[in-house]
Amino acid sequence: MLLHLGTRKGYLALRRFGKGDWRSERTAFIGDPVSQLLPDPRDGRLYAALNLGHFGVKLRVSEDRGASFTELPAPAYAKDETSSEEAPSVDLLWCLEPAGPDPGSLWCGTIPGGLFRSDDGGRSWALNEALWNQPSRERWFGGGYPHPGIHSVLVAPDGERVVAGVSCGGVWISEDGGESWRVRTEGMFAEYMPPEQREDPAIQDPHRLAWCEADRRRIWCQHHNGFFRSDDGGETWTSLDVPPSSFGFAVAAHPGDPQVAWSVPLVKDECRVPVGRRMVVARTRDGGASWETVGRGLPEGDSFAVVYRHGLDVHPGEAVLAMATTTGALWISEDLGDSWDLVTAELAPVYCVRFDPP
Amino acid sequence: MPSVHFTPNLRRHLLVESTEVEGQTVSDALSRVFRDNPGLRSYVLDDQGRLRTHVVIYVDGRPVRDRTALGDAVGEGAEIHVMQALSGG
Repeated sequence: MLLHLGTRKGYLALRRFGKGDWRSERTAFIGDPVSQLLPDPRDGRLYAALNLGHFGVKLRVSEDRGASFTELPAPAYAKDETSSEEAPSVDLLWCLEPAGPDPGSLWCGTIPGGLFRSDDGGRSWALNEALWNQPSRERWFGGGYPHPGIHSVLVAPDGERVVAGVSCGGVWISEDGGESWRVRTEGMFAEYMPPEQREDPAIQDPHRLAWCEADRRRIWCQHHNGFFRSDDGGETWTSLDVPPSSFGFAVAAHPGDPQVAWSVPLVKDECRVPVGRRMVVARTRDGGASWETVGRGLPEGDSFAVVYRHGLDVHPGEAVLAMATTTGALWISEDLGDSWDLVTAELAPVYCVRFDPP
Repeated sequence: MPSVHFTPNLRRHLLVESTEVEGQTVSDALSRVFRDNPGLRSYVLDDQGRLRTHVVIYVDGRPVRDRTALGDAVGEGAEIHVMQALSGG
């Protein structure tokens, strides 16, 4: 079992040799922020998105599972002939996903809000105009960044059904591979907005979306305002009360059981630390009707750990969980979250963890 | 001809060497450099062709004023240095 990590200071891959025994197998881009990774289950390629502080976003691909990388053109906006100072430029490559069954078809969600598609393994990219030109996009705004961004793109195996999460711009659904989109946030609300905007779909802030691969009607959403569940593929949403707090960034869905999901709660938006400084994972095993806080082995207190949106992953075959923090710790659970082993506490802040596909 | 030099920090990412090129403005000069080294462009300029926020260009020791269109004039024999700013990173 192999785990890929993108951190503030580079990429590393760790291999499992036994329970709690994960060893660094390779590193790359040491010193450079790695914002996202995609170990592609279709052809074994490994894509790495970088965010070089001075020199912009970059995209690299490895044909040898991370031993060496070559540069690809990163998604970019077409030149705006008005030369406006507001004309967009990609600030962050925030998510990378297969766009369907064809190897080389990719979605890339970015800040400031563009969804880009490649059909040639990243050698060229096109902005998805259908989403970019939605009139309500003018009401999107940044959450934690100066501009809005697309952080979650769920794609059905045939590539037709796509569900995209935008911070802050709602949940967008396509049934035709991105040719057309509709926003669906019924049931979501944002108490921190002026009253007339609280249910506006275009201002909702889903922090992260995750669906159950065995039943894609079941989608979990960690939202800025709470935790939501959909039973109908994202058409409507139900608010859930997650202890010890419904605020957080990450969410993971069990690949085979639509009743099981995990989140990593924090106090609240204005105080982003574990509740009581005690790091826990919230888990439901009954579809969100009830939750338990689990985390034997995690720090008992004094924790400032935050798990970012892409900092929690579940192995698609083995239901092993990996969780990595802004404080540079990597935790693994092999019993659905009941207990956790610390693999290392010496990483840079971690942006993303992804298991290598089986 | 103006000569163009790049921060050696760029060599961590791609091949880049000092060069002499024709050009009346910073934009002219860089366009010629990028013609021979197209991968370099996105490291220096953003999607819209503006100078990246944390990159700075000096012409004969003075930072360029036009960071959007890079229209600052360069004379015969000008020394153009493309450096990383001390912000960001």
